[in-house]
Order: sequence, then structure tokens, then C-alpha cells
Amino acid sequence: MTRQPLLEIENLRVGFKVYGGELHVLDGVDFVVNKGEKVGLVGETGCGKTTTMKAILRILPQPPGFIESGVIRFHGRDLMQVKDREMRHIRGQGISMIFQDPTAALNPVFTIGQQLEPVIKYASPENRRLPRKVIRQKAIQALRDVSLADPERLLKAYPVQLSGGMRQRVCIGMALATNPELLIADEPGTSLDVTIQDQVLRLLHQLVEERDSSVILITHTLGIVRQMTDRLYVMYAGNMVETAPTRRIFTNPLHPYTQGLMDAVPKLTGGGVAHGIPGRIPDYLHPPTGCRFHPRCPHAMDICRQKKPSFYTVEEAHQVACFLYDTSSGADSAPARKEALA
Amino acid sequence: MTEDILTITDLKKHFVIGHNGLIHRTPITVKAVDGVSLSLRKGETFGLVGESGSGKSTVAYMTVGMYRPTSGTIRFRGEDLFDGSKERSKRHKKEIQIVFQDPGSSLNPRRSIKDILDLPLRIHQPQKNRLEEIVRLLSLVELPPEYMYKYPRQLSGGEKQIVAIARALATDPSIIVLDEPTSALDVSIQGKVINLLIRLQQEFELSFLFITHDLSLMRNVASRVAIMYLGKICEVADAAEFFENPLHPYTQMLLSSIPVLTEEEEALKPVKVESRGEIPSPVNVPPGCSFHSRCPYAEAICKQVDPEMKEIRPGHTVRCHLFASDRSQA
Ligand SMILES: Nc1ncnc2c1ncn2[C@@H]1O[C@H](COP(=O)(O)OP(=O)(O)OP(=O)(O)O)[C@@H](O)[C@H]1O
Ligand SMILES: Nc1ncnc2c1ncn2[C@@H]1O[C@H](COP(=O)(O)OP(=O)(O)O)[C@@H](O)[C@H]1O
Ligand code: SF4
Ligand code: SF4
Ligand SMILES: [Mg+2]
Ligand SMILES: [Mg+2]
Repeated sequence: MTRQPLLEIENLRVGFKVYGGELHVLDGVDFVVNKGEKVGLVGETGCGKTTTMKAILRILPQPPGFIESGVIRFHGRDLMQVKDREMRHIRGQGISMIFQDPTAALNPVFTIGQQLEPVIKYASPENRRLPRKVIRQKAIQALRDVSLADPERLLKAYPVQLSGGMRQRVCIGMALATNPELLIADEPGTSLDVTIQDQVLRLLHQLVEERDSSVILITHTLGIVRQMTDRLYVMYAGNMVETAPTRRIFTNPLHPYTQGLMDAVPKLTGGGVAHGIPGRIPDYLHPPTGCRFHPRCPHAMDICRQKKPSFYTVEEAHQVACFLYDTSSGADSAPARKEALA
Repeated sequence: MTEDILTITDLKKHFVIGHNGLIHRTPITVKAVDGVSLSLRKGETFGLVGESGSGKSTVAYMTVGMYRPTSGTIRFRGEDLFDGSKERSKRHKKEIQIVFQDPGSSLNPRRSIKDILDLPLRIHQPQKNRLEEIVRLLSLVELPPEYMYKYPRQLSGGEKQIVAIARALATDPSIIVLDEPTSALDVSIQGKVINLLIRLQQEFELSFLFITHDLSLMRNVASRVAIMYLGKICEVADAAEFFENPLHPYTQMLLSSIPVLTEEEEALKPVKVESRGEIPSPVNVPPGCSFHSRCPYAEAICKQVDPEMKEIRPGHTVRCHLFASDRSQA
């Protein structure tokens, strides 16, 4: 499989200046999305998922945010170097985002049409020259694509007149209206009830399959990425800690954090609720040295407190940032590794 | 069979949210709870599951006396909790406690943990040495005694919820209503809180009315499960039976919709009932069976007649025309 990389992120470090110091949030994120690939990104609240995406789209509020280092390439081009105007086009046609909260993403004082039509119009120089009627037709089609009934009437409706599920569909329609190559969906449906979430996700899945778009699906619900993605990244406290084909991670999670997370989810098969992972996500003002997971890790070794683990390739396409999988470091990690793998 | 400690019968709560018309003003009502009956056995965890707006919290608030029912009764060990008097008796308040969903807003930010735990002790256990009692409560929930000097903002979400549990225990209750106690927490933290609750339940023979929208969690903690939809219960069964043999079309739709982690779990899901349609507004509940607008099996009768609750098997009751007596034999 030699798929072209579409988006490449290397060593991205992002912080926030706050009263009392600097929050060191993203601690050298490495992340790749190939053309046509559906990639999942999971991790708990506050681990830096949204911050990573905002940096990619260059919508990180600066200040308080600041990018310390890193490269973000889209089609091989360094996004941090492109001009603002060009970035707007990339956001229009290259990369679209569906935000976590559909209520906040839509402006309550404008109708759906007043919000959707400009998105289509300003997506490209060609679209800008299209007559208003054609733009309207495209807007109607975008709403029809997300199975919304009566799209003509919907264009005149205000967001409050729509249910949560309908608003999320509008956001999906808006994000896909410009036919982006890469769609970033940040917790789509988290705020929705499970039966409505299931409808929205099935629809999203079908639409991106049809268009062969690349997708980054962000969630903290593990079951959702299992259904919808080819490959998975697990994030903890500003670091990618594991990546592998989705099926593989679910059958054979290797990083102690991934293992703890999978274990913690209550299962329909019963058997009680696992105790979860002790402790909590670190304070980004003073993050732990070495591996940021070490204060919570049942396998932590001396080296974990001193050095930050890099990605070790355990099997083709399965990489883990954990010293247990460093085969070069010799004897000290071997017993713990065995235990972790068991 | 163990005794019922709490019996809820035909409970209703209708809220008037506005009026229609200028001269003949007719009230617009939300039937938040519309005829709920259930019983809680001593020492059990009864799971009340439903999507947002189904009326779960309203049942919870009536159970602890924060709302008066529009009609219906709630009995604690046979005693009517709303027998004419406006205020719930101190004794009944002591017996039935609650833990809320949002750990942030349920603890007063200006009070230390010590003050938060002291308040219920002062009212309900004045004879005890309160400082000793606070230390004992903290140790019960596995928090170090120094925590009494902290303020809510210094605690993580999980710790706040654990303090809320300690506060509920302060009155030495028989029943704790748990209103989505872990839904605001990350899954890695949830396990700690749930296991603490299970341990406390065994230690003090507590009965839990456990409200959640997470069926996978219920599979692991509840002895019985009830499903609510638009103010009504549509199915009740023992947990094992419930997950092996879900009958109501809405239950099947819920179970089909949950994202799971393993093939084994996938295999436990019932025949796929694909989710469709919108959850109707509670101001405009569809006539007949309120689920008919989304039900793949709906027939003419479903749009006109609201089905009755019917016991299909011992302890397994369902509200659906598909299981009406004259049909189930066919
Ligand atoms: N504008 C900001 N100012 C200060 N800190 C911020 C800002 N934005 C994010 N952070 C901090 O960065 C960390 C990561 O935040 P981020 O929103 O990326 O997390 P997340 O994984 O998306 O979490 P969630 O699931 O809650 O959305 C958090 O500690 C957050 O408080
Ligand atoms: N105080 C109130 N005034 C008006 N409507 C209310 C009030 N409390 C609840 N409701 C309505 O009752 C319905 C059920 O609410 P609730 O009990 O909070 O459900 P749940 O806990 O399942 O989300 C909702 O439609 C809600 O808007
Ligand atoms: S590097 Fe060390 S502390 Fe980090 S996850 Fe691996 S074993 Fe645990
Ligand atoms: S009564 Fe009719 S509409 Fe209601 S759940 Fe049963 S079959 Fe469906
Ligand atoms: Mg986020
Ligand atoms: Mg509620």
C-alpha cells in the first residue's frame, strides 16, 4: 500500500501563555494522513486534539496560543508559510472542519442560507463568479446530501428552529459542500443522543466513502472510531502515543495508556467495570518529565522519568511511543514488556 | 424475594411552559413524566435509561422531594412521601439522597469540603462528633483527611463527584438517587467512581436508583433496567433478561445504536433496528404510542391507541401493541 501522504505534521509544539506561566500543551506531535484515508484520533478531554486541529487550520487564537516549533505540510506545502489569502482557499476547498458543538458553530442571528451560501461562494475564485441562483442551487443540494427534508425552506430557517441532530447535519453539509479533500470532524455527534448520533455518523460515513475524502475523526468514544476509520492515533497529554490500523489496535493495544483506556470502557458483555487509570491528566504548567504518562503508568521504569520515548515500530504500521518496546535498550525493559504484552 | 423499599405508582409531572390564545388562554404543557410506575428493592441497583428529555431527572427530583408530582404516589417503606404536607419530613430527606450529574455546579464553590460535608451532618446527625464524622466520611470514599481544607475548584471532576457521594452518605441514607453520576467524567476516571459506589452499596446495603443514558454501563451495574421514552417507561426487565431478550422496538433501536469495542459485544446486539426520525418535541407528543413516528413496526392501531404495560414473562414488562395478549399467541 503506497498511498500518498496528504497531511504531514512533524514535531508540533504548541503552548498557551496564561497567568502564572506557559502551558506546554502539544509536546512534539507527529501525525500523518494519507490520501483517501480515514484516520481516527482518540484521547481524553484536554489531551490536545482540538488544539492540534486548530494549528493545522491556522485558527489557533494567538495570543494566548503560540507555536513553538513544528512543520505542517498539506500536499507537501508548508502551511505555516502560505499567505493568508491562500490559506482561506485551503480552508475552503482543501480542508473543512466540523466543530464539536453544532450550536456554537452556527451563528444564531443568521439563517442557514445566509451561512451556507457564502461558504460555497468563497470556496474558490471560480465559485465567486457564479450567479446567486447557482450558489443557491448548490446550497440546496448540500442540504439534500445530508438527508434534510425540504431544503428550500431550511435555507430560510434560523438555527434555533432546528433540532440538535438537524444542526449537526447542516454543519456536515456545510463542511462537505465545497468537496474538501480532507474533512476534520471534531466529536461529531457527542452532544447528541445515541440513536441520533448513530444516524449522523452513518450518514457521514456514507458521504465520505462516496467522495473518497480523507477524514480525521476526533472522538473520545472508542467504539465510534472502530466503526468508521482505517487507522487510529491515540493521544495522551499532548503526545501521540500509539498508531496502527484500527482493527489491530482494538485487538492488540500496546501502549499502557491505550490498554488502560480500552479496559476502562464498560462492555456489553458484562463482567463489571474496570477500575480505570489511576491519577489524572497532568497540569500543563508543569508537565511530568520524560514520558508524560509515567505518573499513571503501571509499568513505569527509571528511564521513563528521564527520557521521552520516541515512536518504536513494533510491526509494520504499528508504532508505539513507549520504552517497553525499545528493543535496542537491552535487558532492563524486557520483563515489564513481557508483562505488558501478556 | 427482597422487599420493595420504594414504590412509585402512576407518577406524573406536567410543567406549564406558556399559554396559547389571547382570550381563551389554554396552557401549553410539557408532560415531562407521564405515568411512571416502578419499584426499587432493598440493596439493588435499578437502572433508569433514556435519551435526553425523556424525563429521567424529573423522576429523580420528585423522588428526593425537589418537585411535587402533578399526580401519582411515591412510597418509602409504604409511607406516602407527599401526604398533603408541603415540605418533605426531615426523616424522609435523610433516607433518600441524590448525586447530581454536574459535579461542578452541585458543590458550592465558596465552601470548603469540610463545610460541604458539615451541613448535612449538622441537620441530620447533630448528636455526633462532626469533625470525626467528616474524617470518617472522607476515608469511606478513599480521600485523605487533608481534603477537608480544599475547595471544589481545587478538585478534579472525579474528586468532586466523590465528595458529592460522601455528602450523600453523611445522612446515612437507605436510598441514593444517582443522576448520571459519571457522564461528565472521562472513561478512565469513571471506573473508580463506579467501583466506589458498588463497594459502598454492599457495605451499607444501599439501594440505588441509577439514571444514565449508557446501556453498556448498566449491563455492568444494574440488577434491573427500565427504558424511558418521552415521559413513559416502555420496557422493564432483570438486567440479564433485558440484554438477552430485549423486546420493545425502541430498546432494540437503542441497543443497535451503541458503539461497542469488540466483536463479542457486536454479537450481543439484537436484530438491527436502524435508528431513524427525530425525537419528537415533548410539547407535541405523538398520539397513541409516542414511538410510532420512529418505529419500523408501527401499524394503524399504534397511531391511535397508547399501548398498556404488559408482563410478557415474570418480571419482564413491555408497552407495545406487538405484545398485546391476543397477538402474542399468533
Ligand atoms: N485558548 C486557550 N487558553 C488556554 N489554554 C487552552 C486554550 N485552548 C486550549 N487550552 C488548553 O489546552 C489543553 C488541550 O485543549 P484541547 O481543547 O485541545 O483538548 P481536547 O482534547 O480537544 O479536549 P475536549 O475533549 O475537552 O475538547 C487543555 O488543557 C486546555 O485547557
Ligand atoms: N422546570 C421545568 N420547567 C419546564 N420544563 C421542564 C422543567 N424541567 C424539565 N422540563 C422538561 O421536561 C422534559 C424532561 O426533562 P428531564 O427530566 O430533565 O429529562 P432528562 O433528565 O431525561 O434529560 C424536558 O422536555 C424538559 O425540557
Ligand atoms: S514509556 Fe514508560 S511510563 Fe511511558 S508508557 Fe511506556 S512504560 Fe509507561
Ligand atoms: S406500539 Fe406500535 S409504534 Fe409503538 S413500539 Fe409497538 S409497534 Fe412500535
Ligand atoms: Mg475538543
Ligand atoms: Mg437529566
